[in-house]
Amino acid sequence: MVKINNEKVLSMSKRILVATFSLALLATNALAGGHCAADKTLTQGKFTIATGNPAYFPWVLDDAPESGQGFEAAVAYAVAKEMGFAEQDVVWVRSSFDEAIQPGVKNFDVNMQQYSITAEREQVVDFSVPYYTAPMAVLVGAGATDTKPTIAALKGLKWGAVGSTTAVQKIASIIQPTNDPLLYGDNADVNAAISANQIDGAMFDLPTALFLSAVMIEGSKVIGQFPAASSDNADQFGMLMEEGNPLKACVDEALTAMINSGTLASIEAQWLQDTTGVPLIK
Amino acid sequence: MQIPKAAGMTRRERYEQKQRLKSLIIAAASTICVVAALVIIVPMTPGWEKVQKSFFNGEVLAKTFPKLLDAFTVNVMIFAWSAPAIAILGLLIALARDAKSPALFPLRIFGAAFTDVFRGVPVILTVYLIGFGIPGLGLPRPWNSPFIWGSLALVLTYSAYVAEIFRAGIDSVHPSQRAAALSLGLSERQVMRDVVLPQAIRNVVPSQMNMLIALQKDVSLLSFIGPVEIFRQAGVFKSLFANFTPYVGAAIIFLIVTIPATRYADYLMARQMRERS
Amino acid sequence: MHKIELHKVVKRFGQNTVCDGVDLTVEKNQMVCLIGASGAGKSTLLRCINLLEPIEDGEIFLDGEDISIPGLNPQRVRAKIGMVFQNFNLFPHMTAYENAILAPRRVHGLSKLQLQSEIEALFERFELADRMHNYPDQLSGGQQQRVAIVRALAMKPEVMLFDEITSALDPQLVGDVLDVLLKLKSQGMTMVLATHEMGFARQAADKVCFLKDGKIIEEGTSKQVFDAPKKSETKAFLARALK
Repeated sequence: MVKINNEKVLSMSKRILVATFSLALLATNALAGGHCAADKTLTQGKFTIATGNPAYFPWVLDDAPESGQGFEAAVAYAVAKEMGFAEQDVVWVRSSFDEAIQPGVKNFDVNMQQYSITAEREQVVDFSVPYYTAPMAVLVGAGATDTKPTIAALKGLKWGAVGSTTAVQKIASIIQPTNDPLLYGDNADVNAAISANQIDGAMFDLPTALFLSAVMIEGSKVIGQFPAASSDNADQFGMLMEEGNPLKACVDEALTAMINSGTLASIEAQWLQDTTGVPLIK
Repeated sequence: MQIPKAAGMTRRERYEQKQRLKSLIIAAASTICVVAALVIIVPMTPGWEKVQKSFFNGEVLAKTFPKLLDAFTVNVMIFAWSAPAIAILGLLIALARDAKSPALFPLRIFGAAFTDVFRGVPVILTVYLIGFGIPGLGLPRPWNSPFIWGSLALVLTYSAYVAEIFRAGIDSVHPSQRAAALSLGLSERQVMRDVVLPQAIRNVVPSQMNMLIALQKDVSLLSFIGPVEIFRQAGVFKSLFANFTPYVGAAIIFLIVTIPATRYADYLMARQMRERS
Repeated sequence: MHKIELHKVVKRFGQNTVCDGVDLTVEKNQMVCLIGASGAGKSTLLRCINLLEPIEDGEIFLDGEDISIPGLNPQRVRAKIGMVFQNFNLFPHMTAYENAILAPRRVHGLSKLQLQSEIEALFERFELADRMHNYPDQLSGGQQQRVAIVRALAMKPEVMLFDEITSALDPQLVGDVLDVLLKLKSQGMTMVLATHEMGFARQAADKVCFLKDGKIIEEGTSKQVFDAPKKSETKAFLARALK
């Protein structure tokens, strides 16, 4: 009887030893970036995120994404944490849209710059699940602030937009202005055009529009927004990734967890302005 | 005793014909080898499929080409009103720089400063500074249009280069032409207008053609200040489709225009030469 | 009154004195030939006479009028003095006819129609009527030089200056051009020639001036200078030139 008990005790300790050892291994893996994202990032153990050059308020504050300040910066760090990366394992790089879609090796794992998810783009790149649904808003210069927020009134304005954004298509399909719009390379140039009274107004996502109106263009006003959820081509922002990137599964998992837990909503509440003051466009 | 000649060809002609055939075969063979190498080796590179999908995507090209052509009419328009202005202003600046009378000294200084500044500053900067800066002073519409001020930036910049080419042309006319014209009793102005300038302009036509071709492309710089010409339109498509093929489409359209333009310029020169002999 | 008078004319190019106090008179209807080695100052002297070159010192008179006053408008003078150059200097972008009609149109203000008959007559007179509408590069050297003469004559000058006009021609074409000069002389033109054609000068010149180092060493009738030169430099030059 004593002999059998001894054998049982021996194999038990062996099992305990094995179990502890595996747990330790698992723990190390977790420390090294989540068992999902391991071996799927550019650099082992690091999560590389690209943002714009410069990165604008309210998405990133002071062009310093490392601070975690700003909606996209905050979401980035939250997703990283969810995937098991420590704060110091998040690496920021700057990248343009072109660099994101060109064939060849990328310098980032994900690219986060208010990229709208579209069917055409999805044929060439991968997007994460949306992390924000953006209402599009109309920003007008000092000379057109009493324009009514109706399609009819907006038709007569001289429009401008950043050429690489979905605002271009929205202006063309929803507003159908009587004058051909002028297109620009970036927000700064659109601002210059509004200030020079070469265009009456431009279309941006609502947070950007509010920022530009408050800080960049004197006398300007956000006169209306297009309802985000109700229009069929609502703008949804997703993290852009190389096509077929296995990391997508992990990022989606992390974002979904954040959405379900309410983390994403609270980040949005913290960083994005309350938008109830801006009338809906009829 | 004379060696009888073969019916038709001389010894020399036969030799040259054989040499020509040989050269033809070698040229054809080497060309085929190079083309074959490209066609076989390039697709074997690992990234080729992705590059092809990204840059040479037939579907995207077909979808975007019509609207690109449409946008190109904006380029043509801007070119059409800028080029004559450049020719005229360039000639005036060249004459200003060569003004001899002391009363016209300020004109000489102005001409020198003009060419220094506008050849020294990159065109895109001039487009920005003038295209946004001057309208920003508070001009009413339509006088603040980026078409006006952007085109002006192009005109000012290109006139500076064109002026220097005209000056070189004027210098290339031999002084004896001027001496002969003066000795007939013509005034300095008549000498310039009837004798020196016609020759000077003819001499520099090839260089000026180069400037014209460069201008056709630099018109795209106006895309930065608003006008939706072909480069901007290609960019919109690039963003829409996440694909670079629209740029290749734009390049094709440019080539469709510039290559015939160059050949036409060559033809004009050759015809001029022929008419004179 | 002399037709042309040069009085102690000095012309310098930088440190180089090309005309060193030249005195010369030319009478109406006279043909004066300037002979001398290359670089003696013959061409420069001619270019001073029609004010292509401003002079440093001295005076030049045309019909008694001082035309060398600094600042004088040279156009009026040049319209009265025609010049033909060694290298023809025809305007290559114009036909022979257009070359000739340009100055009379611009300077005298006459229309193409008004000038047509007289310009055509000029070309006919010098047997160039069938070449009138050719461009200079379609003409032989001799034809080009004759067109240059017609071009100068179209302005109806009172004096004609010829700067070694046969030096750039093939020998067989020289004769035609010299014939033109004789014709002009027979029509009473006042002519000053810088020339290397000794035979022609001896035969046709009323006065011959030998230049060396910017000075007129000897002058006289062609018989005097060619057959009985007084100065040793003249003799030396003629010995070499006529060999």
